[in-house]
Amino acid sequence: MSQYVLRRLLIAIPSLLGISVVLFVVLALAPGDPFSELATNPNVPPEVQAALRAKFGLDDPIYLRYLHWLNAMMHGDWGFSFVSRMNVDTLILQRLPATLYVIGSAQILALLVAIPVGVYAATKPYSLFDQIANTFAFIGFSLPTFFTGLLFILIFSVTLDWLPFVYTTDVKATGIHWVLEMIRQAIMPVAVLGLFQAASMTRFVRSAMLDVIRLDYVTTARAKGLGQATVIVKHVMRNAMIPVVTLIALQMPAVFGGAIVTEQIFRIPGIGSLLISSILSNDTPVVMAVTFVFACLVVLFNLIADVLYGWLDPRISLR
Amino acid sequence: MLDKELRSMIGDVKDGRMDRRAFIKRMAAVGLTAPLANQILALGGVAMAEGAQVYKPTKRGGGGALKLLWWQGPTLLNPHFATGTKDQDGSRLFYEPLACWDPDGNMKLVLAAEIPSLENGGLAADGKSVTWKLKPGVKWHDGKPFTADDVVFNWEYAKDPATSALTIATHRDITVEKVDDLTVRIRFNKPTPFWADAFVGAPNTIIPKHLFADYKGSKSREAPTNLSPVGTGPYKFVEFKPGDLVRGQLNPDYHMPNRPYFDTVEMKGGGDAVSAARAVIQTGEYDFGWNIQVEDDVLLRLEKGGKGKTIYAVGGDTEFIALNFTDPNTEVDGERSSMKTKHPLFSDPAVRKALSMLVDRESVKKAIYGRAGRTTANFLNGPEKFVSKNTSWEFSIEKASKLLDDAGWKPGADGIREKDGKKLKLLYQTSINGPRQKTQAIIKQACQKAGIDVELKSVVASVFFSSDVANPDTYAHFYADLEMFQIPLSQPDPSQHMRRYLSTNVATKENKWQGTNFPRWVNKEYDAAIEAAESEMDPVKRASHYIKANDLMFQDTVFIPVQHRLKVEAAANNLRPIISGWANETDNLHDWYREE
Repeated sequence: MSQYVLRRLLIAIPSLLGISVVLFVVLALAPGDPFSELATNPNVPPEVQAALRAKFGLDDPIYLRYLHWLNAMMHGDWGFSFVSRMNVDTLILQRLPATLYVIGSAQILALLVAIPVGVYAATKPYSLFDQIANTFAFIGFSLPTFFTGLLFILIFSVTLDWLPFVYTTDVKATGIHWVLEMIRQAIMPVAVLGLFQAASMTRFVRSAMLDVIRLDYVTTARAKGLGQATVIVKHVMRNAMIPVVTLIALQMPAVFGGAIVTEQIFRIPGIGSLLISSILSNDTPVVMAVTFVFACLVVLFNLIADVLYGWLDPRISLR
Repeated sequence: MLDKELRSMIGDVKDGRMDRRAFIKRMAAVGLTAPLANQILALGGVAMAEGAQVYKPTKRGGGGALKLLWWQGPTLLNPHFATGTKDQDGSRLFYEPLACWDPDGNMKLVLAAEIPSLENGGLAADGKSVTWKLKPGVKWHDGKPFTADDVVFNWEYAKDPATSALTIATHRDITVEKVDDLTVRIRFNKPTPFWADAFVGAPNTIIPKHLFADYKGSKSREAPTNLSPVGTGPYKFVEFKPGDLVRGQLNPDYHMPNRPYFDTVEMKGGGDAVSAARAVIQTGEYDFGWNIQVEDDVLLRLEKGGKGKTIYAVGGDTEFIALNFTDPNTEVDGERSSMKTKHPLFSDPAVRKALSMLVDRESVKKAIYGRAGRTTANFLNGPEKFVSKNTSWEFSIEKASKLLDDAGWKPGADGIREKDGKKLKLLYQTSINGPRQKTQAIIKQACQKAGIDVELKSVVASVFFSSDVANPDTYAHFYADLEMFQIPLSQPDPSQHMRRYLSTNVATKENKWQGTNFPRWVNKEYDAAIEAAESEMDPVKRASHYIKANDLMFQDTVFIPVQHRLKVEAAANNLRPIISGWANETDNLHDWYREE
C-alpha cells in the first residue's frame, strides 16, 4: 500500500512539471502586463514603467523566467506578487481559511443532501418522491451559481433583510455570537454552492444505486431474509459508492474553480477571488501559484480516490 | 484686459474691499474659478484660504464603526508603491500629506501649519521654491515625533530609482532641504506655477523615516512596514489582507481636535460596483461605496426608499474619442499608424468636423451617464479657470451630411460615402466597459445615417491600457481610426495632462509606443502654447495659454469630447462624507462624521 502511494507520488512529479511548463508558457504569452494601470497615470513616466518591467524580470526570455521560477519553487519560494509586493504564499495562506470553510461546508451539505436523497430515490424508482427529487435535481444543475446567488441575495438580503450578502473575515463578536455570525453569513454562499453540487450528485448516486440494486447478489441477500435497511446500507451502498467516490474526488478541485463566481458575488476573500483579481491585474506570479495549486490538488485527489477504491472494494489491487 | 481687471480685483481682496467669496464669484463669471482661483490669490499676494470647516462633533470618538466598501480593495499600503487610486485610498487612512484638497479645490492643512504664500514668505516670487512650515507636536503612531527629517527622507526615498517608487516623477526634479526641525524648503529647477504637487494630496503622503530608512533603494520591498503602516493619521493600523480588508482604529493622539469621529474604520474590497451600490443604498450593510460606475437608471431605482443615496463630485475627467492622424492600415518599417503616413480620410478636416457633429452627447448623457455626466465641447474640463468658453458643440446629422457633400464625399451604391475611391469606413475601438459599448452603439447609429460605416471593436481593459510592446491592441499603438477612453486629471492643474500631446511625445515604434501623444497630432502652435504655459508665473496668462491649447485641439478636432464625467459615490443617508473631485475619496476622511 505505502509502496503504491510512493510510486504514484513519483509518477506525479513529471506530470506536475509538464503542467507547470504549459501554465507558465500560456501565462507568458498572454497579453497585458501588471503595470497597465500606470499607463494612464500622468504621474508615472514611461521610463519608470520600463524600469519596473526590468526589475521584475518581465523582459527576460520565457525559458529563463521559467527556470528562475522552478528554481525558486524548489526552494519553497512561491514568488513575489507584482501587485501587492508581498510573498505569494502569505497571500494564499491568508485566503485559504475562508475558502476551506465555505467550500468544505458546501461539499458536506452536498453530500448530506445527495446521498440520502439519491439512495432513497433509487430504492423506490419512479415513485412520487423519485419524481420530485429528479425534478429538483434538474432545476438545480440547470441554474448556474451566479444566477441562484443573485436570486438568493434579492430574496434573503434585499427583500426579507434576513442575511448579510457581504462576507466579512473579521466578525466583531466573541464566543457564541462569533460562531452564529460566521454561520449566518455563510448560509447563502454555502447553500448556493452546496445545492448546485447536490443536484448533479443526487442523480449520480441514484443511477449508481440502480445499477447495483438489480444485481443477483442483492437478490441473494434479500433471499437470506436480511432486512431492507441492511441490504441497502451494507450490500448495495458500499458497491455503489465506488463511482461516487471518484466523482467527488475529481470534483474537489473543480469545486475550488466553481467557487470563483460564488466568491465574487458574495465577496468571500477566498482563493477563487484572489485568482480572478490577479488575472484581471495580470499579476502573473499569483496566477501561476494558484493555478499550480489547483493542478496539485487534481493530482492529489486522484490519488486519494485510488486509495479509497482499495478500501471500498478489496478486490481492486493496488499494485 | 482680463489681466488688468484681475489685478485690480486681487488688489481689492488684499485691501479688504472685496471678500474672497465675491472674488471667486467674479472669477466664475469670466470663466476662471475653482481650485486655482485660490492659487491665483496666493500668487497675487493674498494667503490661500483654508477650506471651510463644517465639522460638527465636539469630542473625539464615539461614532462607532465606519464601514467602507471599495469594490477593488487596496492591494498594498505604501503610498510610494500605489499602482492605482485604490492603494492610495487605503494608505491614506494611516498616512497623511502636508495638505489636501477640499471639494472646491481649496487647499486644506493637514501636517502643515500654514499654507505657503508670498506674504508669509512661503512662496518665492520667482516661483522657484516653496517653504512649508510643519505643525508642531505631531506624533507618529509609535510615539516618535514627526519632523522635517521625515519630509526630506520621503523625497530621498522616492527619487532613488532603485526604490522603484511610482512617485518618482513628482520627486526627481525637485530638491528638498531641511531649514529647521519644523520647516522644509522645496526647490524647483525652473519657475513652477503649480507648486502643490510633492507632499500634497493622497498620492503624496509621508512615510516615517525611522521605519523606512533601512529600506531605501533596492531593499525597499523587504520593509515590514510596507504591509503594516505606522503613520500620523486619524486611524491606527490594525489589520491588512490585500484585496480584501483594511482595518484601523481611532488614534487617541491625533493632532486635530475632536477628530476622528469614528472609533474604528474598515475598508472591505471585492465584488462589483452594482452590488456595492446595493449594499450601501439598498440594504445599508455599509456606510460608503466607492466609485459607483453604474447606470443612472439602476441607481435611481435603488435610491427609492433606500437607506442611502448617491453623491457626486465635480473634477476634470473627460471621456473622449481620439482621432488617428496617421494611417492605421498601412505598414511602414514594421509599424502601422506610422508618422510617415497621413490618415487617408481624416486628412480632410471636413470629415473630422462631420464626425464631431455625429456624436450625440445629450443622448449619451440621458441614456448612460445621467447625473454623473455633463456635455462639453472641450477636452480640458477643469479646473474651471482653464476651461475654454470659446467652443461649442452641436449634434446634427443633416449638417454633417451637408458638410460631407460639400467636401465631395458622395454616397455610393451601398449608401456609404466615398471620394476618389476611398470609402468612409472607420474602425472605432475602446475598452470593454458597459457604458463605453453603449456609447459606441449610439455613435455608430448616427454615423450610419450620415453614410459613414463604423466597425466597433472592444478590447479587454487590461490589454487596452497595458504597456505591452508586442500587443497591437493597446491604446498607445492605436491601430484603429477612432478610440475612446478617459485619462483622469489627478490634481487640480492641467500641466501634466496637456503636456502629453506635445509633438515630441508622439507614440512610435522607436520609443516602444511609450510616447504619450497617441493621436500623433503635431501642431507647432500647440507646442508653443504649452511651453509658454509651463514657464509662465502669471496665473492669468498661464490659464490663457492652456485655454488656447484646448482651442487648438478643438479647431483641429483631435478629440471629440463625449462627456465630462463626475465622481459618483454611494453613502448612507446619515453619513456626512467629504468628497472632492480633485482628490482621492479618503483624502478628507478625518472630517467625516455621522449625523445622529
